[in-house]
Amino acid sequence: MIPAAFDYHAPRTLDEALALLAEHGEDAKVLSGGQSLLPLMKLRLGGAAHLVDIGRIPGLEYVREEGGSLRIGGRTRESELERSELIHAKLPLLADTAAVIADPLVRNLATVGGNLAHGDPANDHPAAMLALRAEVVATGPRGTRTIPIDEFFVGLFATALDAGEILTEIRIPLPPPRSGGAYEKLERKVGDFATAAAAVQVTLTSGGAVEKAGIALTNAGPTPVRAAEAERYLAGKQPSDEAIAEAARLAGAAAAPSADRRGKVEYKREMARVLTVRALRRAIQRAKEH
Amino acid sequence: MARHKIKVKVQGTEREAEVESRLLLVHFLREVLSLTGTHIGCDTTHCGACTVLLDGQPVKSCTVLAVQADGREVMTVEGLEQDGKLHPIQDGFWQEHGLQCGYCTPGMLMTGYALLERNADPSEAEIRQAISGNLCRCTGYVNIVKAVQHAAAAAKQRRTTAA
Repeated sequence: MIPAAFDYHAPRTLDEALALLAEHGEDAKVLSGGQSLLPLMKLRLGGAAHLVDIGRIPGLEYVREEGGSLRIGGRTRESELERSELIHAKLPLLADTAAVIADPLVRNLATVGGNLAHGDPANDHPAAMLALRAEVVATGPRGTRTIPIDEFFVGLFATALDAGEILTEIRIPLPPPRSGGAYEKLERKVGDFATAAAAVQVTLTSGGAVEKAGIALTNAGPTPVRAAEAERYLAGKQPSDEAIAEAARLAGAAAAPSADRRGKVEYKREMARVLTVRALRRAIQRAKEH
Repeated sequence: MARHKIKVKVQGTEREAEVESRLLLVHFLREVLSLTGTHIGCDTTHCGACTVLLDGQPVKSCTVLAVQADGREVMTVEGLEQDGKLHPIQDGFWQEHGLQCGYCTPGMLMTGYALLERNADPSEAEIRQAISGNLCRCTGYVNIVKAVQHAAAAAKQRRTTAA
């Protein structure tokens, strides 16, 4: 399968890339790892007259601590997250997530920024970033702005990014001591989108109660879903089996998946509940070890 | 139609061509450079038959544009054999019967090669994880795993003998 004809641009600086986006407006798309965009173009489900490849712009691939947050360059590849010691040490939820995105070959090209900017609720990073309460940095012709993750996903394949903006960075507040996270995904086979998946990030008090929790679901609606009721329910409670079960029930109830070949609505909701139980248990265990 | 001059190092030799923006890397390799060892399988980023190394990393060449490879290094299955001698990863597939129909084999070899470059002594779980983006519909993977282990053991043997 061959994409419809388009022109390809390989800017060497961010300014050049922004100028190309400004020049071509809605006719241009940003090419990052290409692992979602190129398959869509080959199937002719999507396309653009101009592709602006940001792969030759230096300085967009990094994972570092700065100003109390962990900063990930928008073009950082999933395989880098998977291997990053900093990510494993500070944000095991992200290490879990990166390891189950597509397959290892795709992860050598796929990027974190692309996974978010594509706006696909079936992608795995959106729920993880909701649980982590991340911020997205967008760079446009008038400079940069920071978008809270809760305002980023506005619809199916639609984000708060303007046509002239590039997702350049993701900022994640560094979790305090006694924090842990986990991602649990049910997939029919390696490389499939999630039938259901749950992302959890918790911080415990010195007394072992849940101080705060971030819980979000993948592929459970037109946008990634924050299980806000479950988060509120857990805050201040000891993480007993009963409390975990009730929080997971609330998370399952927040899921609004659609039926497809991966299963019926009832099945997917039930899986969202079960995976939330598992993710909560693992996140709490990890928080106790930190 | 937009055309671009590209230079790609393939098995260490610089190759130049003028290509359309939309030409996929796998078509560039097979049709422009006549390197037909790289197979097109599903053509939808699932099967891994088209796996090649791009700057040393295994990737699915049906999901990379040839223009993205401009100025970069590509290695295909044709780059494994040296001076008429099979590479140990190829010998492993030969010895352990790591293929039946052979369709997935070029991709399996490139993924196996890249794994051993990064991790000379992988566990069975690590091998299975590494090849999880390469589909084989014949073997059930048992002999493919053995083939990669055979190559790892042969390399270890050589290191020991050399030491």
